[in-house]
Amino acid sequence: MGIVTPGFTGRRRGGDVRLPPGQYLEDGFPVLSAGPTPKVPLETWEFTITTEAGVKHSWSWAELKALPAQEPAVDIHCVTKWSKLGTRWRGVSLDTLMADVDTAADFVLVHCYDGYTTNLPLEDLLDGQAWIAFGYDGDELAPEHGGPARLLVPHLYFWKSAKWVYDIELTLTNEPGFWEASGYHDYGDPWREQRYQGD
Amino acid sequence: MARAAVPGRLNWRVARLAEVRDETPTARSLVLDVPGWPGHLPGQHVDVKLTAEDGYSAQRSYSLAAPADGDRVELTVQRVGDGEVSPYLTEVFSIGDPVELRGPIGGWFVWRDTAPEPVLLIAGGSGIVPLMAMIRARRAAGARTPFRLLYSVRTPAEVYYANELRQAALTGVEVSFVYTRQAPAGWPRPPKRIGVAEVNSAGWPAEFTPACFVCGPTGFVETAADILLALGHDPRRVKTERFGPTGV
Repeated sequence: MGIVTPGFTGRRRGGDVRLPPGQYLEDGFPVLSAGPTPKVPLETWEFTITTEAGVKHSWSWAELKALPAQEPAVDIHCVTKWSKLGTRWRGVSLDTLMADVDTAADFVLVHCYDGYTTNLPLEDLLDGQAWIAFGYDGDELAPEHGGPARLLVPHLYFWKSAKWVYDIELTLTNEPGFWEASGYHDYGDPWREQRYQGD
Repeated sequence: MARAAVPGRLNWRVARLAEVRDETPTARSLVLDVPGWPGHLPGQHVDVKLTAEDGYSAQRSYSLAAPADGDRVELTVQRVGDGEVSPYLTEVFSIGDPVELRGPIGGWFVWRDTAPEPVLLIAGGSGIVPLMAMIRARRAAGARTPFRLLYSVRTPAEVYYANELRQAALTGVEVSFVYTRQAPAGWPRPPKRIGVAEVNSAGWPAEFTPACFVCGPTGFVETAADILLALGHDPRRVKTERFGPTGV
């Protein structure tokens, strides 16, 4: 336990055991992005998976929407301390998108339309843990929340769930992304409170 | 997007309240003594951890309001009516009391006093805090970098750092206000939200390739950043910091 701050009592959420350490419950949906929200027209929108051999698998908007979609209801945890429980999304599982991709990669570097990047182990995108999401709470995903489509990896801090995603680059080595190169944790497990390097 | 340098591990440090200044009836600046503070860049933030007698703790992130000054660190906290932490920090937290703090955090939304390009700061409400750190850093460095600040507030009473901004205006920081609910007596326009005209007249032309920093509530930042892009600013030169939920 840390040092006591005199007079601080806090406001406990009785019985709510689903929050990772250091997080508080948020009912709204805060927005965090490093720059302006890009406007990505659907006619030219494309999502690609690029293997370590340079092989590109690509989907147009219509092709993505034609794939079987899932509707995960998940808790999300932002490194800036808010958590939002039971959020409802619609998107295509990475298992579906990776089904025909031949790779020996252990990592991915995710690239986005605004230039943002983030890195993850490939295994964290598989086995029902990650989606390319285009719907939120019964609606299309709003641009400020990453629409037309974002990566959704709810078991890691939410900066890993990159907005405005366009390419997942499969890599043999782990290459730090935008925030990871700037002091944020390489993996980002909220339950182990891996916010910053060394946590 | 360029990447920032890799800093070391961030340890929790004990910070003690050394001084307070009320900026408005609901916002208080806290000056903290943090022995061993490694320094920071204007625009960065810190995490603050409060722990109750029974071990319960809460963490929040706050922007640094002033540039690095030895072991001293300054925050400005806006009291949120139903908040868990901000009412404590602005009403109860007293001189000499400890909190835990770690940082600095964030290497993107920062201004370096060696950067030669002009700077445009656009603040919505308490979004002024990290931008004030940049204005203060400019002064501390004796820099002559051209600065313009466009500061949107609901009413004149909600302006943070009012006297200091008047002083800054005398030393090369051009300050413009947008009042959204109530304008001062004699103000030439009725209250209105930030629009293309305000950003166009109070900002820099895009061909000057200014560094733009926009900070405020989500809706405000979305609007201001969209206007900057519409006026021809390069999205890579528009850095944003958003806070608060959307209505979605």
